[in-house]
Amino acid sequence: MSELKNISSLDSLPLGEMSDRTEWVIDKNLIPILNQVLDPEIPVLTILDMGVVRSAIIKDDEVIVKITPTYSGCPAMDVIGEDIIIAFKNEGYNAKVELVLSPAWTTDWITEKGRRSLEGYGIAPPLDAIADKEVLLGGKKLVKCTNCGSTNTKLVSQFGSTACKALFKCSDCQEPFDYFKCL
Amino acid sequence: MKNNNLYKYILSIADNTLILGQRLGELCGHGPSLETDIACTNISLDMLGQARNYYQYAAKVKGGNTTEDDIAFLRKEHEYLNVLLVEQPNTDFGYIMARQFLFDVYHLLFLQELQKSKDQTLSAISNKAIKEVSYHYRFSSDWIKRLGDGTKESHQRTQNAVDDLWTYTDELFHQTETDKAMINDGIGVDTLKFKSEYYERANKVLEEATLEIPESRYFQKGGKQGMHTEHLGHLLSDLQYIQRAYPNMKW
Ligand SMILES: [Zn+2]
Repeated sequence: MSELKNISSLDSLPLGEMSDRTEWVIDKNLIPILNQVLDPEIPVLTILDMGVVRSAIIKDDEVIVKITPTYSGCPAMDVIGEDIIIAFKNEGYNAKVELVLSPAWTTDWITEKGRRSLEGYGIAPPLDAIADKEVLLGGKKLVKCTNCGSTNTKLVSQFGSTACKALFKCSDCQEPFDYFKCL
Repeated sequence: MKNNNLYKYILSIADNTLILGQRLGELCGHGPSLETDIACTNISLDMLGQARNYYQYAAKVKGGNTTEDDIAFLRKEHEYLNVLLVEQPNTDFGYIMARQFLFDVYHLLFLQELQKSKDQTLSAISNKAIKEVSYHYRFSSDWIKRLGDGTKESHQRTQNAVDDLWTYTDELFHQTETDKAMINDGIGVDTLKFKSEYYERANKVLEEATLEIPESRYFQKGGKQGMHTEHLGHLLSDLQYIQRAYPNMKW
């Protein structure tokens, strides 16, 4: 990991830019390349679907990509940084990846296409924050089973196979499935 | 060092998450059930991730060749500045949840304030962490209620845990010289501002859990000055083993 140190270090990040949204530009020409990079843990989602790319620009022959981590300890972030550099290298670009912590990533940044891909992959996409609370705390039946579509589902555990998921079970078809928690 | 107070302040925050993260990580493969095992290690992962963000910043503040790994793994016991609560050992699940709950209530209130810090990096890290910690709090407070209001056995064990760990709660609000200097600079959190809210929130959940609120007025402190209970040394020997056996490993 040593040469990728800059990915997960704050060193390269000018502090003043932390919440400056005017800097959030994704160069259109770079989108096809960014779309080649997938979330290593949910390989049906591109990093753009996931909403982790804050900006991607070309500056002095170098591509600078800023990404937001999903969870503080998410081990996928190092891999994503590495994959971005490789994807750009294959297209003849030198890329640098920087980590932006604030504003914090939210599941609202997952695109509509991303939500459909999640569902197709067997992970129920996040509801809105209020519904999420009702599901995880109040035991309300709002999460749709990814197998049969029933909302007769129940929470098994607030924590699932990765940091971003909760474990559910369908009371109709009996299948267990993951739910992507609101963050 | 010019920024010595800031450096020590960052460590005091980071060490809490590192040490509790390590404690929870010890449960990997040893949790009482698959779901609780996965939950505890997920919470551990969040906390270690937060710790890493803080240590990277601390390394930058210290400057020179210091790395996040040096800070996390190569200090001596008395150089760790975590509170005593988080280093208490894993005994039974009631104890683990009581420790988590008593810390989570504090952690949420603390991060809420740290978001307002003049220090942009600390503010950014807490802005991220608070979302994760609200899930931790849901988990631990739910379990306190289930265990307290559960069987006779689970009630008694959780009550014992709360009685025991209560001793360490006052330290959460103890302010060192470093804390005071950082509060003055608008960087640090004035924990005394939410001390009564902490106990109100904790008491409310304990009452719901049919547990008694401890009456003990005897409190223990020292962790924030590097004076630890006998448990930390054992934890560190585990935590530091790889880094000492194979020096210069990267996180
Ligand atoms: Zn179903």
